[in-house]
Amino acid sequence: MNCKKIFNKFLSKNPFVLFILLIVSLFTSISCVSTNPQSTFDTYGPVAQSQLVLFYWILAAAIFVFTAMTIILIYTVYKFRRKSGDLIPEQIHGNTKLEIAWTIVPCIILAIIAVPTIFTIFDNTNSPDTSSNSVTVDVYAHQWFWEFKYDDPNNETEKITVANEMHIPVGKVININLYSDDVIHSFWVPKLAGKVDLMPGNNNKMWLQADKEGEYLGQCAEFCGVAHALMKFRVIAESQENYDKWLSDQSKEAIVSIEPQALEGKEIFESREAGCWSCHTIRGSARSKGKTGPDLTHIGSRSHIAAGVVENTQQNMAKWIENPNSIKPGTLMATNGQVYTDPDKKLTGPEVSALVAYLRTLK
Amino acid sequence: MTTFALPIPKRPTHPTGILNWITTIDHKKIGVLYGVTAFILFLTGGIEALLIRMQLAAPGMDFVSPEIYNQLFTMHGTTMIFLAIMPMGAAFFNYLIPLQIGARDVAFPRLNAFSYWTFLAGAIMLKSSWFLGGAPNAGWFGYAPITEIAYNPGHGIDFWILSLQVLGIASLAAAFNFIVTIINLRAPGMTLMRLPVFTWMTLITSILLVLAFPVITVALIELMFDRFYGMNFFNPVRGGNPVLWQHLFWVFGHPEVYILILPAMGLVSEIIPTFSKKPLFGYPVVIFSGIVIGFMGWMVWSHHMFTVGLGAVANSIFAITTMLIAVPTGVKIFNWIATMWKGSIDFNKTAMLYSIGFIFLFIIGGLSGVMHSSAASDAQQQDTYFIVAHIHYVLFGGAIMALLAGVYFYFPKITGKLMDESLGKINFWLTFIGMNLTFFPMHFSGMDGMPRRIYTYTSEMGWDLWNLISTFGVFIMGAGILIFVLNIVYSYLRGKESGNDPWDARTIEWAIPSPTPEYNFKKIPLIHSVDAFWEFKRNGTPIEPASGASENSEDEKNIHLPQPSYWPMVVSIGIMLAAYGMIFGLPISILGTIIGFIGVYAWSLEPVNEPEQH
Repeated sequence: MNCKKIFNKFLSKNPFVLFILLIVSLFTSISCVSTNPQSTFDTYGPVAQSQLVLFYWILAAAIFVFTAMTIILIYTVYKFRRKSGDLIPEQIHGNTKLEIAWTIVPCIILAIIAVPTIFTIFDNTNSPDTSSNSVTVDVYAHQWFWEFKYDDPNNETEKITVANEMHIPVGKVININLYSDDVIHSFWVPKLAGKVDLMPGNNNKMWLQADKEGEYLGQCAEFCGVAHALMKFRVIAESQENYDKWLSDQSKEAIVSIEPQALEGKEIFESREAGCWSCHTIRGSARSKGKTGPDLTHIGSRSHIAAGVVENTQQNMAKWIENPNSIKPGTLMATNGQVYTDPDKKLTGPEVSALVAYLRTLK
Repeated sequence: MTTFALPIPKRPTHPTGILNWITTIDHKKIGVLYGVTAFILFLTGGIEALLIRMQLAAPGMDFVSPEIYNQLFTMHGTTMIFLAIMPMGAAFFNYLIPLQIGARDVAFPRLNAFSYWTFLAGAIMLKSSWFLGGAPNAGWFGYAPITEIAYNPGHGIDFWILSLQVLGIASLAAAFNFIVTIINLRAPGMTLMRLPVFTWMTLITSILLVLAFPVITVALIELMFDRFYGMNFFNPVRGGNPVLWQHLFWVFGHPEVYILILPAMGLVSEIIPTFSKKPLFGYPVVIFSGIVIGFMGWMVWSHHMFTVGLGAVANSIFAITTMLIAVPTGVKIFNWIATMWKGSIDFNKTAMLYSIGFIFLFIIGGLSGVMHSSAASDAQQQDTYFIVAHIHYVLFGGAIMALLAGVYFYFPKITGKLMDESLGKINFWLTFIGMNLTFFPMHFSGMDGMPRRIYTYTSEMGWDLWNLISTFGVFIMGAGILIFVLNIVYSYLRGKESGNDPWDARTIEWAIPSPTPEYNFKKIPLIHSVDAFWEFKRNGTPIEPASGASENSEDEKNIHLPQPSYWPMVVSIGIMLAAYGMIFGLPISILGTIIGFIGVYAWSLEPVNEPEQH
């Protein structure tokens, strides 16, 4: 009861304690409910799940230590505050038993978090399934977009390249190879798995799995330059049938539309003056085989453009082609594309419309 | 035979005004110079932080451009670490170490002046990049290859590389100086186990500096060769490796964290016993844990690289070593609390408030540190705002709070005046509350998936509220710091006389008059115990002059003091010009090198003013 008395006395007299309790309870409550698009508390795959379990385990230990130490600290400061008539306190120089105790107790607490940490590190590093039942995706990060390469089901030597939207079958192990040819990036889909960096010259591997169909937001997590904040992507987990259908659609060459405006757009795309083809690949086109920019073979099938920044609508596409910097400041398309650097080659309104019409037919 | 010698001007005698400050080699004046300069630079770093927070106040803000934003966070980090916290620590080293060990000055007084001027040269150089074509923009960690010329053609990174090398010279010179001073210039009877804890922490910090700075210098020189001479240390296309940069940077970078925090721990270890009227609990354990932290600081660097792909074994090992470093840190905290236990705690003094605030905030920062020592769980936290929260709890809640405590504590020693305690309390609470409002929400935004170093975000991400609170908190914190400035100015002009020993302190620097006379101790004391001044006051153990110390004199005019010199600053100017020349053309470099050599020549051979009295 004495303990309770002291505690009550504290609460009534010391707003500081209330403040701490408030923060602690706030942290625990808020963190459990967040379902924001990149919340690490709202997991849908075994990797992220194991990381969250581990986090909660450590958080519990941390809150325990924090609460204990703060109460001791505040109790000490309050109880031994200077009062009038205080004598010089006893000059205590130390206590060996206590020193040993508070060296050993933290070691025990640390052991409690170290053991599951190591198990989780190994589980999350080593893929549980590398058989043909799993799916392998090669991820290439660029300033500032993502490329995903899949094995072509119909042609063993070919890879299917898509950009910024990574489709995966639900419930399967996805083995991911990570590559970067420019600077360091980091592949992070918080709801599915913690991040792994893409190191130029040092290829990394990771694995993840989605247990529920849905769209999961990802974002580059290592500072990579001007448009780092706008280097997003989506992982779309879908049923095996939908995934197979998607993959087979993506493996096809680009649709050739007979619509006149689209044809005109194709012509501009492949023209010397515009030069779009020198950076972008559109499979099936004789000219468009550029590798610097994202593959546009099936851009019409994507929900977003500009590395997941804006929705793939006619308006946004026009805005993007007209002035890429207005959507993604610093984008290399605006820095290097001759239609943006050379005022004489600037695209006219109808040309932009034709290009949009062409790209939108590439479903 | 006549020897050829260039005429070297005599050393200035009793200079006044500005000349006094630029030729001074008095460790106290250099300490004040360090402190004032570092604080001004701290304010500039704060303004950079304020601009960052303005940009992030709400989603989709257009307050600064992404290019400027990247420069802001790079400069904020580099400024706070190299130009604010480190030199603020150095300010205390300079002012206090000779006083705490009972010496007249540091071992190499002119080298000490050189350290300051070289630090200032590096600071000017880094900060001038804002006005000379753009500041560095690749983060304070400068991960190659984004710092390579192919991805970063401007001069910003060059300023960063060169100024950090200049600052490295300053830090190394200072570190050697303090190691020699502490080892060699202790008063008779001041054995290592009677040293004040702050002096101990300075010794450990200086050893860390001597060992850590060469590592980053190697990295910086390699990067410089890549950028200036087309080499390929970090270019994977030609067989270089960007992971090398990360290893070199963090082998330096992690001890650097302890370089920042150990002086803070030393200050707190002086303040808490004083205001509890008890000796530091477990003095040998606190010192030993400091040594252990300094040692283990070298075994944890890869915890900054858990997502780089070093493999499960490496990540596990570094997770364990990182967790272990929490033990000596925890031991220190327990000992501080035990010091207060059964004491007579005067938390009406701002210095003590700051120290208690330091312990509280450092517990939070330490625990979040343990949280990301778990490599697997850290995969979700690495490079998010959760880490930003952690480093600010450790560096602001830890280092800055303790340094501010040190300012309140030692202001009377330096000026002979007390700082205003009412303003002090307002200052403390505003800073403390603002600090928590700013940095605590970052734990949430980080776990909610907000990466670091992004200049914008959209509302759908759900980070609006946290960011708004953070930005709001910065203004409160800023108000707290403004009150601090006000308090310094007010107390300097109008502060109450403090007397020699306003706090009933324990160590010998409080036995001499405040402000400290130029010669520090009239007579070099003989030390019998830890807390010698306390023993003198309470038990009458005298602080008598050491017998046979020939320098002791009844007449203070006869005390030998090192004489002022022009040359340390000249050498520093030479170094600065040589560094600028790397960017603006070889002639400037050559000029700088010549000036530097002239400075070194004159420094080596300048005469000592006669007459010498014995």
